[in-house]
Amino acid sequence: MASGQQWVLVEMVQALYEAPAYHLVLEGILILWIIRLLFSKTYKLQERSDLTEKEKEDLIEEWQPEPLVPLMSKDHPSLNYDIVTGPPSHKIIVNGKECINFASFNFLGFLDNERVKQKALTSLRRYGVGTCGPRGFYGTFDVHLELEDRLAKFMKTEEAIIYSYGFATIASAIPAYSKRGDIVFVDEAACFSIQKGLQASRSFIKYFKHNDMEDLERLLKEQEIEDQRNPRKARVTRRFIVVEGLYINTADVCPLPDLVKLKYKYKVRIFLEESMSFGVLGEHGRGVTEHFGVNIDDIDLISANMENAVASIGGFCCGRSFVIDHQRLSGQGYCFSASLPPMLAAAAIEALNIMEEDPEIFTILREKCKHVHKALQEIPGVKVVGEAYAPALHLQLERSSGSRDTDVRMLRSIVDYCLERQIALTLARYLDKEERFLPPPSIRVVVTIEQTEEDIEKAASCIREAALAILK
Amino acid sequence: MPPSMTESSANKLTNGDVCHRTANGKKSSGRNGFVKNHCLFQQPQQKKYRRPSEKNNHVVHNASLYNKPFVEQFEETPLLVAVLTYVGYGILTIFGYLRDFLRNRGVEKCHVARERDEQKDFVPLYQDFENFYTRNLYMRIRDNWNRPICSVPGAKMDLVERASKDYNWTFEHTGKVVKDVINMGSYNYLGFAENTGMCADSATGSTHKYGVGVGSTRYEMGNLDIHEELEQLVARFLGVESSMAFGMGFATNSMNIPALAGKGCLILSDELNHASLVLGARLSGATIRVFKHNNMVSLEKLLRDAIVHGQPRTHRPWKKILILVEGIYSMEGSIVRLPEVIALKKHYKAYLYLDEAHSIGALGPRGGGVVDYFGLDPKDVDIMMGTFTKSFGAAGGYIGGKRELIDYLRSHSHSSIYATAMSPPVSQQIITSMKIIMGEDDTTLGAERLKQLSENTTYFRRKLREMGFIIYGNDDSPVVPMMLYMPAKIGAFGREMLKRNIGTVVVGFPATPIIESRARFCVSAAHTRDMLDTALEAISEVGDVLQLKYSRHHDFPSSLGPWSSAESLLLEPSHVKPSCHITN
Repeated sequence: MASGQQWVLVEMVQALYEAPAYHLVLEGILILWIIRLLFSKTYKLQERSDLTEKEKEDLIEEWQPEPLVPLMSKDHPSLNYDIVTGPPSHKIIVNGKECINFASFNFLGFLDNERVKQKALTSLRRYGVGTCGPRGFYGTFDVHLELEDRLAKFMKTEEAIIYSYGFATIASAIPAYSKRGDIVFVDEAACFSIQKGLQASRSFIKYFKHNDMEDLERLLKEQEIEDQRNPRKARVTRRFIVVEGLYINTADVCPLPDLVKLKYKYKVRIFLEESMSFGVLGEHGRGVTEHFGVNIDDIDLISANMENAVASIGGFCCGRSFVIDHQRLSGQGYCFSASLPPMLAAAAIEALNIMEEDPEIFTILREKCKHVHKALQEIPGVKVVGEAYAPALHLQLERSSGSRDTDVRMLRSIVDYCLERQIALTLARYLDKEERFLPPPSIRVVVTIEQTEEDIEKAASCIREAALAILK
Repeated sequence: MPPSMTESSANKLTNGDVCHRTANGKKSSGRNGFVKNHCLFQQPQQKKYRRPSEKNNHVVHNASLYNKPFVEQFEETPLLVAVLTYVGYGILTIFGYLRDFLRNRGVEKCHVARERDEQKDFVPLYQDFENFYTRNLYMRIRDNWNRPICSVPGAKMDLVERASKDYNWTFEHTGKVVKDVINMGSYNYLGFAENTGMCADSATGSTHKYGVGVGSTRYEMGNLDIHEELEQLVARFLGVESSMAFGMGFATNSMNIPALAGKGCLILSDELNHASLVLGARLSGATIRVFKHNNMVSLEKLLRDAIVHGQPRTHRPWKKILILVEGIYSMEGSIVRLPEVIALKKHYKAYLYLDEAHSIGALGPRGGGVVDYFGLDPKDVDIMMGTFTKSFGAAGGYIGGKRELIDYLRSHSHSSIYATAMSPPVSQQIITSMKIIMGEDDTTLGAERLKQLSENTTYFRRKLREMGFIIYGNDDSPVVPMMLYMPAKIGAFGREMLKRNIGTVVVGFPATPIIESRARFCVSAAHTRDMLDTALEAISEVGDVLQLKYSRHHDFPSSLGPWSSAESLLLEPSHVKPSCHITN
């Protein structure tokens, strides 16, 4: 082998001597060429053509942005909100006409409750209106701590945390836990603040059909198979199910016992949004957990606003300290926002007092709900959507005209007809383009304990008349 | 537009008071040379931007745009202090790991709430490292935050006394009240946090009339007459065509920006913008690019590049470009260079979103915020946003602008359609306080408060600077950040001040860059000269004890003096080991 190589080397040197001069010159040039290529700058396939300053100026000159906002037609309904003069309580003055209120989420009638007002006023006299700071920087008042304590006790959980805005509550809570790469299973009918919270979390979002546990289980099983394929990733991927207790968009209840079963089977945490059911469902108004008799510790996080049944402003989350305490540093709407005005917190405390003193009101509310639900049955052309015990029902058209705009206009005519006859109703409003699954247009009918049987009969017959007149 | 002014002319305008860092020799020579490009503002010749630590914000580039001196200072962190600060964090981190190890072994008692036994086999809700900072750094000095108060958050406040038996893991209320603490922490710029007087009376009236809740959204059944009144007043106050009010300041940003920008739009955001602006920008789905804090050169470069190159990959032109800036930056105390931003936005046809959370009411001869302060036309700002939490002593936020903009928001804002309307007494508080500021109550009370705030601000800032503290921000900003740097001093400063009956805000990482921990004072019109003097005396005293008088400017004109003195102060043993302070 070695001798062979030597021989080749010798032969090569010999060949060099024997080669003609032009050949050597040519080879030399080729070698130099290769060296040059090696050391020359790399070039791109697409030659970079830097724009000259002049060209850049022209581009800047040329560019025309879209208008900041698209022009709106002058008759867009949102440009003429209904104006409420005076308090939005049981008797409400809409566009100058006194009506019976079937539109405000004032389920328990606390909005013009004298006790609540007095408590708020006492607080106003002590603390003024604003807090002038976030919770961290001298924005924590003793009232806030009291309210958190009271809410935790009321719900029988370890801890509660309050936010200064109902919408921001669940929208801040979800991204505090669920991060990029985590997986959230959500009901299709979930409300807009849940959708925003999910968007802010940047997690994977899997929607399951509304209240369809089989569909949810299918998704969970898919995930299980996925996890087996990549167990290392599965060990750090948090999973959550986000549902509403009583859906604001469909007025029905989530099958909580089934969800809890799925939770332990597939090891998923449950976040429950109870804005509609807190202070409504259950013997003591504790919401959907009490309604089903589910152990509240099985739910990882419950969030609700204090703007419906409690008739104040703000929202809260409650659950085990292990979960809730994390939000005090990670809930964006908690850390970076001014805290709730103390008088609103005081009003919420008084509302809780009344709810605790007199759990009878929840029974009364349920009776009224059933009554309204029954009274609204069999109106021609209109169907009632929602459970019999739901305090905020939807009236939808039985047959859509095919165009959402026409449907909305028809329903609005019904609302106007009723407004004329002193029944205050409202359309359920959505951002058509932003909703993940846009609910069909509907009229909201809100039940409060202040509505008498006559009020309900009057409202039902008024809606019936309107439907007969308008839908024909 | 001609190429920009040179620095020398800017200096002349402001009496040479602006350029404090020329001695460092960091000024680029290219800056004064001629420029070839067509930029509105001179672009630096070198490719790279300055390091963040070399803040050059105090230099006015385009003095011709300003009608008054624009003096902003960000004194450089002394090198030794920076090194010691890092060492401090190093020691804290090492101890943190050690204590985590001990906790794991069960040697040290662990106070962290535990997962339920039933859910032990779930994927952990938190990654262990997520809470390392909370467990080992924040917990040591947690008593400086969330101090509960039990009075009006006015010039003086009462605090609920807390005690902790387990090193800040839990607090107990002792039942005592710390009375009359001078409040340097609340954003009560005009002193409208009051429980007596016109505002409180009118709020009482509207509570009687309306109650506290609304129970519906604006679009459905929550549009009260008081809201309409408020919005007309806000529009008049701002000098814009129309306005809309929202129930929460944070949500005003996070729920309205998505209505204004979307896919195919570009958002240019200041690096120090508030979390709500960042969240709103993210939720909008638009592309976000960040420019250096208040750095117009950086902003212009982004604008030019954006228009010239269009969207990434597709190179389609951007649909629109939205610039997000704040009036006063609450952690820096700096004021936005609005005249320059407006010049840029006009030249490049971008839209401007101005968040006046801290500046509305607190700046300007009429309390109209930065626009008023610079004497500009509010119509030049496309979206005027602000909050009612601070100067008005209420809660919520607003957006003002052209009628078309507000009409659009009325039907497309997430807030007007999905969120409950503003509480009536809160709206009333805003109406009354705003009328007082505007002088529509037939008194001069508002004008007096504005004057008082401005005087207090100047006095307080001047005194602190004279004492030798490093103060950040604009001379006219009522937000006064004072540098502490070292983690141990965060806790020590907050506690020492409370001992002297003064409530201050201290902030550290992650709200600030890691080495730039600071204390923040918010000056209020409600502060009397006596209160400010008491506070200043206490700050000076604590400053001596903790050796916080880092500034190398006023008393030491030479470049050697401050160095030697800083060193000698800092080499004392108590400061080499910052952890000593926080463990006790």
